[in-house]
Amino acid sequence: MKNIPRRDFLKGAGILVVGFSSWRVAELGAQAPGFNGTGSNALDSWLAVAADGSVTVYTGKCELGQGLYTAQAQLIAEELCVPLERVKLIQCDTALTPDQGTTSGAQSHPTNFNQANLAQACSTAREALVQLAAARLTVTADALVAKDGVISVKSNASQKISYGELIGGRKFNVALNTSAKRKPANEWTILGKPIPRLDIPAMATGQFEYVHNVRVPGMLHGQVVRPPAIGASVMSIDESSIKALPGVVKVVVKKNFVGVVAEKPWQAIQAANKLKVEWTPGVGLPNQTGFHDFMRNQKQTRDTFQVNSQDVGAKLASALKIVKATYHYPYQMHGSFASSCAVADVQTSSATIWSATQAVFPLRSSAAMVLGLRAQDIHVIFKMGSACYGCNAADTVSYDAALLSQAVGKPVRVQLTRKDEMISENYGYAFVLDQKAAIDLEGTIVAWDHEAWSPVYGNRPGANQPGNVLTGLLAGFEPAAFAPRSPAPNPTNFANNSNATPSYFKGGTGTIASVRVLTHNIHSPFFTGPLRSPERLQNTFAHESFMDEIATALAADPVALRLKHLADPRLIDVVKAAAKAANWETRPSPRSGNRRTGIASGRGLSCVLYEGDNGYCAMVAEVDVNQDTGVVIVRRLVIAEDCGPISNPDGLRNQLEGGALQGISRALLEEVTWDSSKVTSIDWRTYKPLFLGAEIPKIETVLLNRPDVRAAGAGETAVTVTPAAIANAIFDATGARVREVPFTPERVKAALALR
Amino acid sequence: MSAFNLRVNGQSHTVDVDAGTPLLYVLSDDLALRGPKFGCGLGQCGSCTVIVNGQAVRSCITSVDSVSGSEITTIESLGSPEKPHAIQKAFIDEQAMQCGFCVNGVIMTAKAFLDSNPRATDEQIRQAMANVLCRCGAHTRMMTAIRKYAQAVKP
Repeated sequence: MKNIPRRDFLKGAGILVVGFSSWRVAELGAQAPGFNGTGSNALDSWLAVAADGSVTVYTGKCELGQGLYTAQAQLIAEELCVPLERVKLIQCDTALTPDQGTTSGAQSHPTNFNQANLAQACSTAREALVQLAAARLTVTADALVAKDGVISVKSNASQKISYGELIGGRKFNVALNTSAKRKPANEWTILGKPIPRLDIPAMATGQFEYVHNVRVPGMLHGQVVRPPAIGASVMSIDESSIKALPGVVKVVVKKNFVGVVAEKPWQAIQAANKLKVEWTPGVGLPNQTGFHDFMRNQKQTRDTFQVNSQDVGAKLASALKIVKATYHYPYQMHGSFASSCAVADVQTSSATIWSATQAVFPLRSSAAMVLGLRAQDIHVIFKMGSACYGCNAADTVSYDAALLSQAVGKPVRVQLTRKDEMISENYGYAFVLDQKAAIDLEGTIVAWDHEAWSPVYGNRPGANQPGNVLTGLLAGFEPAAFAPRSPAPNPTNFANNSNATPSYFKGGTGTIASVRVLTHNIHSPFFTGPLRSPERLQNTFAHESFMDEIATALAADPVALRLKHLADPRLIDVVKAAAKAANWETRPSPRSGNRRTGIASGRGLSCVLYEGDNGYCAMVAEVDVNQDTGVVIVRRLVIAEDCGPISNPDGLRNQLEGGALQGISRALLEEVTWDSSKVTSIDWRTYKPLFLGAEIPKIETVLLNRPDVRAAGAGETAVTVTPAAIANAIFDATGARVREVPFTPERVKAALALR
Repeated sequence: MSAFNLRVNGQSHTVDVDAGTPLLYVLSDDLALRGPKFGCGLGQCGSCTVIVNGQAVRSCITSVDSVSGSEITTIESLGSPEKPHAIQKAFIDEQAMQCGFCVNGVIMTAKAFLDSNPRATDEQIRQAMANVLCRCGAHTRMMTAIRKYAQAVKP
């Protein structure tokens, strides 16, 4: 994929697009951008057809490594009936594209591939073109067929007219038509096919332009100097400490934000390292050992019931059999492969920011606050970074670059160091999760109680909270206030967005009527934010491990017990499909006959309906556990997925495989560590990830394509079920239950010792 | 600042940088190459890998003065999107990446290793990739692509 500057492209294709920013400003004034943005009802804000028949399409959902550029291009080509190579896609640019909020939460498919937004724009355009052709060819619209950007008369193919001839270079001037018909999936020739990613050839040959490669004339290089301890404030700065260093342009201080600007990047790094800054000692951190008890013992909590059938306490009190367990989950990092980078060019009253942000419009608004400019005077251009998996440091580094550029009046590029990346991001939530279940004489679960504690602080900055990430905080902005609330109000309507409720609840996908789900948020000492499958992974780890513990208590097969308590046929289907593909042996765990020393093998299953409505997934994991060393090796994963109509089967497989491998990394290795004042996970030795040469499993995927239902997300399903599938397999192999992520050799050995 | 002569992808360049500047900064900032990338700056992830005299070298921890006069190869010189090198083609065919940021390190490390160890066993290939990172979880596809290339170079 070649990134063509907008101006050059317009010249080449002869497209006329005017008036974009004016309507958008008006629209933004009326409504702040939300999760999915304000979108647009005007067809011309989504796409333009050039005289040569090429189609330029503007989307507010961007490529983050998940294959969305290609999938959206397929959708456009399919709905518009043009060849794929004639589609040019412009992603996330506040001057050009509709405001679609944030590319996150596995929401791009639900948003852009169903009957709204991008898909609706394409079908509206196709129908509008057919209407125009009908008038030009003096036939009725139903006598026409569109193919390869040409509309012809069905009964006489020589009677035809191209899109370029019909509208080339001109505007449609129509609104999105909510009744415009989508092409039925059984007619698809591009969408639904395993089209190779359009951007991969450039990536594999070192030609792809990431935000790290953006170079602006006159650009300088910045580095930040972060507080050495959490909560430390600047006391004094000795600028003379770097006076003698080459290339230093300026030391920039704004409250507790400190940075340096230099002519070259290496000079900026040297200067940042050598700048003498005196800091206050910081606020101190709770002990990492015992942190789970610390969470549980917090008095200031924000309590939320997701479900409360009001009878769970009574059912537990009178039950013949009760099963209980507590699960622990650590803080984890996004740990993006590349440290985040941004380029900003801030002038007196305007600014341009090149950023790998997931949220160009929200960043425009929040950066306006940081810079003291008007949002409409800021232009944010998305350029891909390395994959973020959620709220990494992309927004923070955008503020870094913007503040430094503003201070020197020249464009500044900032690429964080590895340490600064790792201490600047918003970590995935730690959790303590208590589970209790009541079981009747027939082995039926009659009540389920879920009570969890999880720390929160900051979040995505959104449109108006730059203090939700580190640079905004350092520059003087407050994070979202923590609002204690106890007791929790009773829930009004059920939505399982955070998957805090187990799949087996009758009001969701299961059969159990008596369920209580209570979550206590507490104040986190660290910034937190959405990390791929936020809360859902942690909750699912607890629920799906616990389901196996119940199965063990009943001497039941874990799959059979699930099927007995599930009601949603699509969730049942993925469980059955994964079990079948894995040749699941119906029997209770642990496997009988396994030796208690040396290597033991086992299998485990886990399933979820992600976010309660956004993709079904089941996974079978097969593991080897070395009972002498505690080392766990995942040998095989079988994943069954149903995310509705599949846009690109190979892209979907790639996402499932990637989610599963990231799940292994998180289940076995990853944990943020800290001491009494600061985070000590600052590189790939102190935060251990799954390297390429590790023992990696064979991964098989079973795709259940459902062309007739709504498109759902798929990017976060596999990672959600992986830790529990592995924990259940460890138990099946050894009879030892691991209840704390990551399953390090020490923890596995401790669990083995309890058998 | 001092002037250094570098041979990169068969071409000579003179750059004026501070002695001790890591090679990566010269390649990305002075020569504007997009292939070698900054991932960690600590030699831990492989993102910055280039081939110097046939050996995979982590350019983020290699000072520019230490490679003055050496033959430096970056991923750009292997092939193009239109005519990819055999190992690049294997990665494209296998769709062996997601965000693609790590793939320079993966391809360059694997190529340097297999070109000098064409009879490498599967286990040796795995060892050679032990300190190369991918965070998207494209591991299985990447290893398949590397094995494809290993088959191609096997004598």
